[in-house]
Amino acid sequence: MTKKQKKDIIRISAAGVLFACGYVWSDTSLRLPLFIAAYIIAGYDTIYEAVMGIIHVQFLDENFLMTIASIGAIYCGEYPEAVAVMLFYKVGEFFEHYAVNSSRKSIADLMDIKAEYATKLVDVSDESGSSSQVTVEMTVEPEELVPGDLILIKPGEKVPVDGIIRTGSSSLDTAALTGESMPQDVIVGDEVTSGTINLTGALHVEVTKPFEDSTVAKVLDLVENASSRKAPVEAFITKFARYYTPIVVCLALLLAVIPPLAGFGHFTDWLYRAMIFLVISCPCALVISVPLSLFAGIGSASREGILVKGSNYLEALASVETFAFDKTGTLTHGRFTVSKVVPAAGIEASKLIEIATAAESLSNHPIAKSIVAYGKDHLASAGSVGTPENYEEISGKGISCIYKGNNVYCGNDKLIRDLDLSVPEESEIGSLVHVAIKLSNDEYRYLGHIVVADTPRENSAETISALKALGIENTIMLTGDKREVAEAVSNSLGLSKVYSELLPGDKVEAIEAAMTGRSATPSYTSTANAGASATSGITANAGVSTASGKKSRGHLAFVGDGINDAPVLARADVGIAMGAFGSDAAIEAADVVIMADDISKLVTVTKIARKTLRICKENVVFALAVKFAIMALGAVGLASMWAAVFADVGVAVIAILNALRAMRIR
Amino acid sequence: MKKTFKMENLDCANCAAKMETAIKKIDGVNDCSISFMTQKISIDAEDDKFDEVLTAAQKAVTKVDRGTLIKK
Repeated sequence: MTKKQKKDIIRISAAGVLFACGYVWSDTSLRLPLFIAAYIIAGYDTIYEAVMGIIHVQFLDENFLMTIASIGAIYCGEYPEAVAVMLFYKVGEFFEHYAVNSSRKSIADLMDIKAEYATKLVDVSDESGSSSQVTVEMTVEPEELVPGDLILIKPGEKVPVDGIIRTGSSSLDTAALTGESMPQDVIVGDEVTSGTINLTGALHVEVTKPFEDSTVAKVLDLVENASSRKAPVEAFITKFARYYTPIVVCLALLLAVIPPLAGFGHFTDWLYRAMIFLVISCPCALVISVPLSLFAGIGSASREGILVKGSNYLEALASVETFAFDKTGTLTHGRFTVSKVVPAAGIEASKLIEIATAAESLSNHPIAKSIVAYGKDHLASAGSVGTPENYEEISGKGISCIYKGNNVYCGNDKLIRDLDLSVPEESEIGSLVHVAIKLSNDEYRYLGHIVVADTPRENSAETISALKALGIENTIMLTGDKREVAEAVSNSLGLSKVYSELLPGDKVEAIEAAMTGRSATPSYTSTANAGASATSGITANAGVSTASGKKSRGHLAFVGDGINDAPVLARADVGIAMGAFGSDAAIEAADVVIMADDISKLVTVTKIARKTLRICKENVVFALAVKFAIMALGAVGLASMWAAVFADVGVAVIAILNALRAMRIR
Repeated sequence: MKKTFKMENLDCANCAAKMETAIKKIDGVNDCSISFMTQKISIDAEDDKFDEVLTAAQKAVTKVDRGTLIKK
């Protein structure tokens, strides 16, 4: 608590005690002096500020309005009310500051990822004058480090800047950045990202980026600036506040003047009612609770390792009706893995894998690498797999080699047909790698095939159905892959629409088509590669009805890896980059950044956005309803000054408490 | 040129909104945004007028709340 806050508490309590005494001894001569003392203690600075406001021609500031309202109450002879206006105005102000400051601090703590210091290792000549050098440790600010410096990171310390490990190995806790609790194991040569915590071993790290270009600085900058991109709801409230106060003050003036002049009732009665309006005229509860909710929502997203770059994106995300996904690397792992091994009759699976592993071991093709990796993991005798001889690549078909005395052929359908063997039926989607050996001249034996595919992530289907449960009906997949592959993936995940065989530039067009709500029927044909037959680029997914004919369109969010799809991220209403941890380009390009490589965070962030916006709306509706109700009742003489004080201070307090709920969304 | 400054003693959200509106009206200012939550102001103004703009902005801020300072 600051000094000013302590002083305020003493003032408020003193004024409160005097005010209570004034009430207790209300039929003695002490009453008036007690009330006057309480009034002055609670309100001296408010009155002072009001006078300064008049000098600076700022008539509608709250100090001025409260002062006028309390003076009006005194004129009407309502001394307790006059004191109450001042006293509770102070209480409300105090509470507002306290709540805002503490929430600001606790949200800042969520992003406590910056290292306080760094330990720099410096070589200095030995003092004895010999040529040997000793290394000394120097404690410096992270900002002082330059690329090339060597730093020491002890267990328990935060990584101050991005760098590469030169000696040592350890595990890093990335939870503060990614929300993932699984530590990341690192060894010599690995990159370490600033903001992670070194858990187990001491590391010598060479600095690769200065502090201001390191991940930690970028993330902090992003979160701090998020609230400067204001959401429409915020802009609405600010605009509303600009008209609200003058209008209510004008109504108060009219209320005080016209009815008495028209001969209805006594002037002091109407003045009292007008003063009620003045007390209610401050829009602070609204103006404060909306940005506070949004800020708290952004805070709880960053705790989950999701960076929202602006309140506007949080609001847009709350009304997203369409999610578009990039296939490779987003819905799928983005790398090939063996999904099925089919040995021919009479052949052992392990034999097939061994031969394929050996044959592919010299190739650099990603499919070959996936087979070799699979062999290493699944062969009991992985170490005894030998190196092939006479290795030869048959362009566009596969490879041939000699392994353990056999002529081995490994490749696609074309290769097998060239050998006059028949290609078996395979329902599994993916690339097929066939294996055959030569028995004698012009006689070959088929050993079986291995299916290699870029498989969907384990939780992709779950995420899609969770999004559907949230009422997001349109889920679209964009991919450059062949139609059959794309549709198979889409069917297994339950997506509602597929755009396949897209060239990189087509993705933007496809997003635009989805955003303008064009019908689901194919409306353009993507140009496939020269030579290949042109197929429809936009295909409505068979079996799943597309949500067409629905004209009202919410926002569209695009989810990608943020590296190859920057233009699409930019074009979508909300561009979401996933798995951006360690990739500056992705952090830069997206509006919402999911640090972890975890697609289910989409559900988390959608829920946070919706709940935050609901809290904002609750506050706006609640505050306005109470204020208008008290004004209506006050105008006809049914509400007292006390009710007005509640409508001002009480509503602000309740709205703030409600806003803080956004900090605890899980 | 766009620059961000810290603000001190920015106590009321409505005041921040008023300051923002006032600063946007200053000659040479392209845009201005005050974040009450982070107590920061970012001013986007023409390069050659930036110093004058900043002085004018401080004046506008003082007019709304005497205690509030733009920290350079």
